[in-house]
Amino acid sequence: MIIRNVRILGGEPVDLRIADGVIAEIGPGLEGPESVDGGGAIALPGLVDLHTHLREPGREDAETVQTGTQSAARGGYTAVHAMANTSPVADTAGVVEQVWRLGREFGHCDVHPVGAVTVGLEGRQLAELGAMADSAARVRVFSDDGKCVDDAVLMRRALEYVKAFDGVVAQHAQEPRLTSGAQMNEGVVSGRLGLTGWPAVAEEAVIARDCLLAAHVGSRLHVCHVSTAGSVEILRWAKSKGWNITAEVTPHHLLLTDDLVEESPVGAYNPIYKVNPPLRTRADVEALRAALADGTIDVVATDHAPHPVEDKETEWSAAAMGMVGLETALSVVQEAMVETGLLDWAGVAQRMSVVPARIGRLTGQGQPLQVGAPANITLYDPSVRTKVDPSAFASKSRNTPYEGMTLPGRVVATFLRGRPTVLEGKLV
Amino acid sequence: MNRHLISAGDLAKDDALLILDTAEELARVSERSIKKLPTLRGRTVVNLFFEDSTRTRISFEAAAKRLSADVINFSAKGSSVSKGESLKDTALTLEAMGADAVVIRHSASGAPYRLATWVHGSVVNAGDGTHEHPTQALLDAFSMRRRLGGLEGRKVTIVGDVLHSRVARSNVLLLHTLGAEVTLVAPPTLLPVSVGSWPCEVSYDLDAVLPKSDAVMMLRVQKERMNAAYFPSEREYSRRYGLDRDRFAKMPDDAIVMHPGPMNRGMEIAAEVADSARSTIVEQVANGVTIRMAVLYLLLGGEIA
Repeated sequence: MIIRNVRILGGEPVDLRIADGVIAEIGPGLEGPESVDGGGAIALPGLVDLHTHLREPGREDAETVQTGTQSAARGGYTAVHAMANTSPVADTAGVVEQVWRLGREFGHCDVHPVGAVTVGLEGRQLAELGAMADSAARVRVFSDDGKCVDDAVLMRRALEYVKAFDGVVAQHAQEPRLTSGAQMNEGVVSGRLGLTGWPAVAEEAVIARDCLLAAHVGSRLHVCHVSTAGSVEILRWAKSKGWNITAEVTPHHLLLTDDLVEESPVGAYNPIYKVNPPLRTRADVEALRAALADGTIDVVATDHAPHPVEDKETEWSAAAMGMVGLETALSVVQEAMVETGLLDWAGVAQRMSVVPARIGRLTGQGQPLQVGAPANITLYDPSVRTKVDPSAFASKSRNTPYEGMTLPGRVVATFLRGRPTVLEGKLV
Repeated sequence: MNRHLISAGDLAKDDALLILDTAEELARVSERSIKKLPTLRGRTVVNLFFEDSTRTRISFEAAAKRLSADVINFSAKGSSVSKGESLKDTALTLEAMGADAVVIRHSASGAPYRLATWVHGSVVNAGDGTHEHPTQALLDAFSMRRRLGGLEGRKVTIVGDVLHSRVARSNVLLLHTLGAEVTLVAPPTLLPVSVGSWPCEVSYDLDAVLPKSDAVMMLRVQKERMNAAYFPSEREYSRRYGLDRDRFAKMPDDAIVMHPGPMNRGMEIAAEVADSARSTIVEQVANGVTIRMAVLYLLLGGEIA
């Protein structure tokens, strides 16, 4: 198969010959029987998400492995890491293998289950991390996401233990006592709105502690969804020591701020903006963008968190936390990072494909588009601007904060090992 | 006037003065032997109370009835809500019944804003979580104006749990709009970290502020705060921030004492201070009915007969 007229990382137009799931030839004017017209789209290595909630098993009303991976494919992803906070929790080899097999069966993108760090996400006893690592799912990323491993001894042991199989602990940094009942970023807006504040220090203190722990035991730490300027400062310092620490930021924390809770087109206190960690201030957004640009934050991860309508159409404090993100991630990153001149497309590819695959220890993903590499390819047209229409999402859930917003770019096609999962913006 | 009254911050100075002036007119009605006006005949006001608050509910009910509105009291306890009905479904039910105004009391901050997106009638916030209680601020302003003769340049001190107080939030906004100078006094643990951005002064020292106050408003200390490390003990709170006889004596002779009720006598306010002639606490209750009449009247566009 030939993919015609694409610009690798935004470079000169070329054709790609795909054979046996691999890029066989790159050059202008390739001859071949079947072809897909790229129309001058940018070609990126297939995106890799380190932080996706697929909700299956347990909350199939919100998302399933099938709909979640369809959503991923439409967003240009060829691999996702499925978070462990399902029901039952993915804390055994049995559950991670179930999720892994469902991913294989549907085939819209690769599914790499994340294993829970502690049994039932309870923060008391280590889950059988080794069994999950040795299972068919080959788990390398472990996280109690949604909950913080706040016990310092348990966190230390987890960091140490996963060294045996080159795993990484992905920490949801949130000091629980400081965030008891917390509803939104603690600041000017929360004070006015009378919503219990979620102080930045609750995130920053845990990140600081975890960096020191990881350094002490010589382990690998990944920090989930960094949301504050202070966290960025701590990470910058920790990385300057040469410690093995990586961090992610979500698209929404690169674009949205806490004042939307008070004033937005969808009304005050609309829980569509309720998310954990909460939306922060403009200064935080600027710091996160700068950190993603200079590499202090390594990757963009969506924290795609589907919720059914009834869990969001409520009063603020009763609503579920989270936003769907897979199908808007690349557009938001273009808006926040590319349009602002902070990143070029090579930089986007690093942060949304190459490095996340490396952190997850995925071998067949996140490879630069060159001859011999697996044909995991995302074709993206950055020239259009469209209104976000949640009814067009492949995700089962519609809880997007971008509804009605005009965002740049469109995923034209996605290829998973040479097989199209999305063509002309539609699922194959 | 806006269609809804959810935040005291939504009221421009003219709106606020219109409500206060209308209340003055309506107060004369309350002094008649027949207290009822026909202005809202045929209109339906729903009291939607998700939190127990007999005082506020009765006040709104009396206000609506004096304007001849039909009143439906919807209490969350023992209703479909206790069976798990969502706020949205409750709102749609009220909408189907043709409510012209919904008076809502809810434990969740912002619930009235959500309600307003689902109903066509006017929404009146009767207290939402730790956000606001605008009719309380209006009745407080009304009470102060009557006692002090005006609010422009008056010094109002609000003392207590500002962090969790919807009364304080609404009062700061409204009193600022009306030209009063507000000082908040509280232990630092009971002030929002962002209080510096509010249009008021802040002090930790009640004794220093009292001699300069024209009105002192004491806030109720909720029982659940007493065990949550906001302050070491009830006695220490009372010693540092309670309005006892000695502190009362430091206030100017014509300064008034206010409390939105219900009071913890002996905790934030001494009984003899609460019962003194300079306390407006009982008047505040009476004025509550009057101010709520004015609000319903103006929101529902009635005419004074």
